[in-house]
Amino acid sequence: MSNKINCKNTNHEFSKEHLDFLCAHQKKKKAILITQISLIVVFFLLWEIAARLELIDTFLTSYPSQMWNLFLKLLKDGSLMKHIGISTFETVIGFLLGTILGTIVAILLWWSDFISKVLDPYMVVLNALPKTALAPIIILWAGAGITGIIVTALSVSIVVTILEVYGAFREVDQDKIKMLETFGATKLQVLRKVIIPASIPTIVNALKINVGLSWVGVIVGEFLVSQAGIGYLIVYGGQVFKLDLVMMSVIILAILAALMYQGVAYFEKKLMKWR
Amino acid sequence: MEKIVDVKNVSMHYHTLERETPALRNLSFCVYKGEMVAIVGPSGCGKSTILSIISGLLKPSSGEVKVNEKAVNGSNKKIGYMFQKDHLFEWRNILNNVLIGLEIQNKLNEKTQATTQKLLDMYGLGDFKDHYPSQLSGGMRQRVALIRTLAIEPELLLLDEPFSALDYQTRLAVSDDIGRILKKEKKTAIMVTHDISEAISMADRIIVLTNRPATVKSIHTIKLTLKHERTPLTSREAPEFRHYFNTIWKELDVHVQ
Repeated sequence: MSNKINCKNTNHEFSKEHLDFLCAHQKKKKAILITQISLIVVFFLLWEIAARLELIDTFLTSYPSQMWNLFLKLLKDGSLMKHIGISTFETVIGFLLGTILGTIVAILLWWSDFISKVLDPYMVVLNALPKTALAPIIILWAGAGITGIIVTALSVSIVVTILEVYGAFREVDQDKIKMLETFGATKLQVLRKVIIPASIPTIVNALKINVGLSWVGVIVGEFLVSQAGIGYLIVYGGQVFKLDLVMMSVIILAILAALMYQGVAYFEKKLMKWR
Repeated sequence: MEKIVDVKNVSMHYHTLERETPALRNLSFCVYKGEMVAIVGPSGCGKSTILSIISGLLKPSSGEVKVNEKAVNGSNKKIGYMFQKDHLFEWRNILNNVLIGLEIQNKLNEKTQATTQKLLDMYGLGDFKDHYPSQLSGGMRQRVALIRTLAIEPELLLLDEPFSALDYQTRLAVSDDIGRILKKEKKTAIMVTHDISEAISMADRIIVLTNRPATVKSIHTIKLTLKHERTPLTSREAPEFRHYFNTIWKELDVHVQ
């Protein structure tokens, strides 16, 4: 909040010492931001200069202006937006399904101690297994298209969601549950009034992890299906040695993943105003 | 006098894979309407177990518990329970925290809501209705917890070491505060505590328990000579206070092992 107060402005009632403190704080924040931006600018500049002076093999590394031209070209003919759209759609759906289904399974495990004990060893194995190993099977079963890719993304995120959310459910203070039971609460009421709301912070944290995991699932799926999407662009570009396409796609992917993460962070802020 | 609680020959055993632990043995006592009974006993003697049994959350191994002439069977909507910690829900504002009991019992309507609002106003929390628990001090939070319990208009209040999570000064202030509220609302209450002074300052009668398995060792009726009206704080000035303290202290037979 302190960045809203202008430390040069002496109109408000702060002491000289406090104003100095605010100034120092703002200065430090500014320095960090400037360094962050400079780092990336210098990196791309050096990359471009090294390519122009032929210090690096542009066949293997491509270079920023080439990527930028390709980006403009693909943007113009509309193909880039199509690929971005498809990948984003697959990720969002996989992410939502993973979160919703994972939470439902977690509720089931919480509801029945017997089921949770029975499933425990299976969950441990499923959690340890790299889910991307299942991708070829899933794509054969669910179809080599958008559905197969969504199911792959779902399979990557669901197990983590189940374990995280179930863990959060179990960590809710037993006395809080007892408090509701003294009022005569049913199990469903305990779930709705305390278990779920108390676990919201953990569920939102699981969402943050799931954004990344869903992208892993989608990219792996697109590598295998090879029809459309950012993953397709990367794998295609690699096969025909168009490194500008590969590099550009990776950068777009990084931006998309960051945007989705910020979206979840924004949602978290809205949801937890009581903090 | 009308008996609100009647505990007869109650025994309780806890079972774990390693052992069977007897917690209560042939425990009998009763509580009359409008009185405040304190239960004191050595730590770990099963004091809280008694409250859980009266409230119907736990079933005793043997014996009988009656509340208002009716045998206890499952949780009773006419009993209010107060815990060591306030257990306010951080995601609900103060008003919605206080209404949770009514919500659970499906008794939330304009009338009960107005009564609850009035309780908040009367006990100085009216301006904090829209605040969240994290914005309140420990003492205020405990007062909110009491009003949450009072909102369901309980006939009997069970207080399980309600002040022991507070620091000493706050504790004196809050116990005085809550003692006054309970007297004013004319509530029957059973309070479990390990603090002898707190028990003497608040209770009409004190039940002293033995080591585990707990059974009733003695019952003291507290009669204090006071110039002013009795409150938990003024009680501490009574000449008899020290005498009760010494007697109960000896009965508890505390020593460091």
